[in-house]
Amino acid sequence: MMNIAVDPGLVEQLAHQLSQVVGFIYPNEVEIQWAILIVVYPYITGIVAGAFILASLVKVFNVVEVQPIYRLALLTALAFMLIAGMPLNLHLGHPERSYEIFFTPQPTSAMAMFGFVYLWYLTAVLLVEVWFEYRVHFIQMAERTKGFVGGIYRVLSLFSSDVSPEAIAFDKKASKFVTVIGIPSAFLLHGYVGFIFGSIKANPWWSSVLMPIVFLMSAIVSGIAMVMIVYTVLNLVRKQKIDMVCLNKIGLFLLVAIIVDFALEALDQIHRIYQAEESIHILGELVSGRLFTSLVIVQLLIGMAVPLVLLVIARMQRIGDDLRRLLYFSSALLLQIGIFSMRWNVVIGGQLYSKSFRGLMEYKMEITGIESLMMALVLLALPFIILTFLVKVLPTEKAH
Amino acid sequence: MKIPEQIKRLGAVLGAVIAVVLLLRLVILPADMFSAKPHQAAKVVREMAKPPHYAGMTRCRECHADIYETKYAGHHRNIGCENCHGAAAEHAAAPASTKPPLPTEREFCYTCHAFDPSRPNGFPQISPTEHNPGKKCIRCHDPHDPVPPVTPSECSACHGTIVQAKAASSHATVECTTCHQVAEQHFVDPHSALPTKPRDREFCGQCHGKDATEVAAPKVDMTSHGSAYKCWDCHYPHAPEMKR
Amino acid sequence: MNKRDFLKGAALAIPAAGLLQTLTRVAEGEDLSTAATMTGDYDATQHWYGMGVDIDKCIGCNRCVEACKTENNVPQEPFFFRTWIERYTIKADGEVTVACVSTQPARGEETPPVDPDVLRTFFVPKLCNQCANPPCVQVCPVGATFQSVDGVVLVDETRCIGCRYCIQACPYGARYLNPETHTADKCTFCYHRITKGLQPACVEVCPTQARIFGDFKDEASRLERFERMNQISVLKPDMNTRPKVRYAHLDGEVR
Repeated sequence: MMNIAVDPGLVEQLAHQLSQVVGFIYPNEVEIQWAILIVVYPYITGIVAGAFILASLVKVFNVVEVQPIYRLALLTALAFMLIAGMPLNLHLGHPERSYEIFFTPQPTSAMAMFGFVYLWYLTAVLLVEVWFEYRVHFIQMAERTKGFVGGIYRVLSLFSSDVSPEAIAFDKKASKFVTVIGIPSAFLLHGYVGFIFGSIKANPWWSSVLMPIVFLMSAIVSGIAMVMIVYTVLNLVRKQKIDMVCLNKIGLFLLVAIIVDFALEALDQIHRIYQAEESIHILGELVSGRLFTSLVIVQLLIGMAVPLVLLVIARMQRIGDDLRRLLYFSSALLLQIGIFSMRWNVVIGGQLYSKSFRGLMEYKMEITGIESLMMALVLLALPFIILTFLVKVLPTEKAH
Repeated sequence: MKIPEQIKRLGAVLGAVIAVVLLLRLVILPADMFSAKPHQAAKVVREMAKPPHYAGMTRCRECHADIYETKYAGHHRNIGCENCHGAAAEHAAAPASTKPPLPTEREFCYTCHAFDPSRPNGFPQISPTEHNPGKKCIRCHDPHDPVPPVTPSECSACHGTIVQAKAASSHATVECTTCHQVAEQHFVDPHSALPTKPRDREFCGQCHGKDATEVAAPKVDMTSHGSAYKCWDCHYPHAPEMKR
Repeated sequence: MNKRDFLKGAALAIPAAGLLQTLTRVAEGEDLSTAATMTGDYDATQHWYGMGVDIDKCIGCNRCVEACKTENNVPQEPFFFRTWIERYTIKADGEVTVACVSTQPARGEETPPVDPDVLRTFFVPKLCNQCANPPCVQVCPVGATFQSVDGVVLVDETRCIGCRYCIQACPYGARYLNPETHTADKCTFCYHRITKGLQPACVEVCPTQARIFGDFKDEASRLERFERMNQISVLKPDMNTRPKVRYAHLDGEVR
């Protein structure tokens, strides 16, 4: 009888988690299957979708006040999008086989669609949109710089050279067209994540028609708030004046988004509590016990109620611009915490109770390793590093 | 109208991408990379080819027919040899190379026969601390024909849960045989001779009726108290307490 | 954009459609055989496997769990199970306590006392239900897990990418991630045994015949009698997974 040698680190983690089990769980449930990396992923794609939706307000809905952050929102979406696939790949048991999702996708699997939706959004929406926005800039830089860097700019411009008014007008029209396609694409990019959870009938914490909508709305909140943060920090670093009309407008959209998001999440829970299906007892124990701090304190109180109040105060007439900026910034930061914890509460929360409805498990997050706190922090830092590079190299003030 | 330069450029990129994809899909990469079916078929073949580790009782019979026949006549007839002797496919393939273990320790038999209230009624069980503690089970019970050396006289041998429940109840002093007629055959081959059970209310009335003055037991008026039902429809005979 | 440009653009659609058609034809024409139906003498289309479990017979000895781990090289640690035993205790006040026998240390000398408030107590063996409508197969992004022609849900460990979606989708907790191969793993009904006419290991060692294995396509089989003579339940019927593991004498408190 041969015994498979199991990684001792895993054994230690699972032994600890088994010792913390309350009640009865199916024995295989002791291992939390989707851990911190799967919390990071929807958080990152959420920001992509949210930042893009904010940018689309300018292009499609002609909200001119928000024009100053248009390019920045695009670049934010791009920076986060480039990292979005990483947590997923790192989480896989066999990342080297991830290409199989493109080669043999199973049409009944929502996850199989991920690869194509991701590729579509990255290329047909984001990259094309960025290209149209910066094409003239690339051409100008190609003329100005020599040698290798000049060559890079020529490649980035795809060897185009037409900067006539008609061409520029076409750039604007095409950009608008891509944005119009981009909005439902963004909905699909992040909505399908909600669908992956919402369609699992085996798990009543996830299984909900509202899940894709809730994910999308919270994505919009986190995306708008992130652009607000990036805009504030960028202008602070560059010692430039912040356009308060723009910031106030963003603040308004953020406020509306928070209210809608909260209403939808509240509706989801009210519906669940009202229907009181069999799972309600263990879910009640979950929310009042293991998930209390992260759900009630962090997500609802610190992550939603407080920023909401700060935003409302910030929109009052009588306060000065400095205080207003501080309130916006604090609110946006707290919202990031709130939306991240919302992802945590959905992903991890759904795995902390047994499908037998008779027990509760625990998740002991590793500090180091692949599926670890360290890796999550690195993945969360990377988009900012990329964004720093992008805003250094590309102009963020509006061109057209 | 002339096609805008941007469309030409993007079109060229798109065309190049499509060309590469088509090249990979149709020319360079093998077709079976794009379908799961041939791999699933290969998996089925691979799975079927795995070697079994348990040989199965009938395989053991081929060499150990005498033990098999002995076992088949006794109470352990349905237990696979490998239940106690471990996986033996390797031994069956090359008998001299490896011998299955012969479990002799007491603790081994506890797995099935140590008393546990969740086991079904009628399954033979012992209390490890009371039933010949310290002695090996196989001293008295041949594992291939585990008939007890002495016919069990206590019902608790197979009905421990009921006996223990009764012992803690108001029927503690009522013998099992008071209500159940048990033939000798039942102790030898339980399923072939099941004990009787009382058929009617009057049976319980022998102790609990108002006329049964010589027996110290709670009395009820047998004609009115739950007159439409048998007594055990409400009162569990092995623990007939009224209130918690 | 004017009408002429639109028509010009539309004209491009025709060769594009032609290309798409060619691709489809190429894909269909390629000889990619479907799942194996014949392997040597074994014809998978003649079988549709299932199992019967009689709760009244299980004594909770856990031998099936040990045999399964031996037969299928499942790690011995108490975190990975292809099959396991649960103990239910139902009290008169309605309180239900469930414990997993298979993750607890071996039975010692002490015997659990009889609790007078317990109305019913019994053991329940659990395993992969080899569902006829498996949610795990539905969600696999790459088709690494699939249902064989003879009704067994298998996982191709050479193609599974270890995304764990199937483990989430299983309502019964039957799946785990194999810590050695980093692919999803689960009970296979001992496919390598049943296709040779042997019983699954758990059925082979069960001392009380609480588990029986059979073929729904076989009119004369233990499973046929089991289905005829017992009132049959399955776990979580509302999930519409159509499990092929049938239970007799299953208590309503079992989840």
